[in-house]
Parts: sequence; structure tokens; C-alpha cells
Amino acid sequence: MKEKVKVMIVDDSLIIREAIHKHLKNFNIEVVGQAEDGKVALEIFKQTNPDVVTLDITMPELDGLTVLEEMLKIKKDVKVMVITALSDKATGLKAIKLGAKSFLPKPFTPEKLRSSFERLIAQN
Amino acid sequence: MNETDLHFFIDSTLNYFDEVTSSKANTGIPYIKDEAPVALEYTGIIGISGKRKGSVYITTSEEMLREIAHIILGTKEVKREDIKDLVGEMANTISGNVRQAYGSDFMISVPVVVEGKAKDIKMPDNIQSFVIPINWSEHKSFLVVCLE
Repeated sequence: MKEKVKVMIVDDSLIIREAIHKHLKNFNIEVVGQAEDGKVALEIFKQTNPDVVTLDITMPELDGLTVLEEMLKIKKDVKVMVITALSDKATGLKAIKLGAKSFLPKPFTPEKLRSSFERLIAQN
Repeated sequence: MNETDLHFFIDSTLNYFDEVTSSKANTGIPYIKDEAPVALEYTGIIGISGKRKGSVYITTSEEMLREIAHIILGTKEVKREDIKDLVGEMANTISGNVRQAYGSDFMISVPVVVEGKAKDIKMPDNIQSFVIPINWSEHKSFLVVCLE
């Protein structure tokens, strides 16, 4: 059996963290950590060493794009999916340029989340 | 603020309900906010800075939030924390999505949530606020936009 993909969910919204967790349950994943701000996210990231991170941008303490850069310094092959209400093209391009592997604007449907996640974990 | 600005917020609001609930909302005719309070049981407020300055808030009933949270989580067990969080997330998403029109120097704050029916929500005195009534699934809520 393939090893479970270790996922960390970072979003300052409780209901979004719960929704992401619920919709990804059907995949072979283990949610190893959740964080509601950027600073805590980095601490949990170091402790749990996830393979995939879903990452919000507008958060207290540290914004998601700064967190993305820091995570990639710690683990360069981590796959980060940015999930944000900042749905403009410039923000999406910036996230990808900084090293995110996927960009999903909010609001998202469960289908969009699942297909984005599926594509993300299929990436080499 | 002009009619085009209002349309950006109306489109963003309608898209939110459509995507999240798969059920369409509609908006009433926007009006300029006067002394009359516009505050329901839960309110999510976003500060705007950068190219435009001001505030945006959405105010709703608990019942409406409970119904939307139920759709999002797919469970009848909706916690009070979920309801409170949801109104902030709605304000965040509706405001964040208008960056598609304004560009990335339209900066939004993290949401502030007011729980319990407030007397009113204080907006900047020197800028006109517009109220957009929203109807969804027999619930009424209001989006209030105040932009320089």
C-alpha cells in the first residue's frame, strides 16, 4: 500500500480548515497539522514535515506568501497549494513565481478542491 | 464610489453564494446608508487600504449562517465557532474577490467579527456608505460598502 500523503492545512478560518479536511478525506492522506496564522504555521511545519500544504494568504502574524518562501527554504520539495480569496491574476502569478505548485481561488466548490489536489499530488 | 464599484461588489457577492451553496442569491436595490442602523446578529468587517481606502461589512442572521455552514461542512452539527468564523470568511472572500477588478493594490485586512446584534457598525464618517440588500434562501442580509 502506498504511503499516506502528509498534509498540513493553514488558514485563519476555522470553517475553511474543517471543509478542506473533510473534502480531502477520500484521498490517502494524513492531516499532520493545522494552523490559523503564519507564525504558528511555520512552527508546526518544522515539527510535522508535511508533503503538501494548503496555504491561505491573508492571515494574522505572517502572510501566506512570506510563509510560502520560508517553507521552501526549510523543505524545497514541499508542494504548496495556495487557497485564497485574493483571486486576481497578479496574486496567482506571484504565488506560482514564489514556488507554489497550485493556486485555488476562494470560494471553491468541493469538486474544484478535489481536482486541484489530485493534480497536485500527481505532480513529480 | 460609483455604480461600477457597486457592480463589482454585487457580482462578488452573488458568485460567493452560487459557488458555496449552489443556490443563487439576488440583491435588492442598493441605497445610501443613513442614520438607520444596518446590523443583524453576526457581522464580518474588512478594512480596505492601498489604492482604495475604507471598509466593507456583511451582516446576517444566525439562521442563515447556520444553513450555509451546514452546506459547507455537510453535517448538522454546526458549532457556534463555525458560525462566527463563517461571517468573517464571507466578508474576506467577497472583498478579496473584487481584486479581480481593482488589482492587487486593493489591500484587505483580516476580518473582525461582531457577534450579537450591534446598535450599528461604525464606518468612516467622511465617506458615503452604500447598503446592498441580499436575499438568499428566504434569508435577508446586507453588504455595506464604504470606499473612498
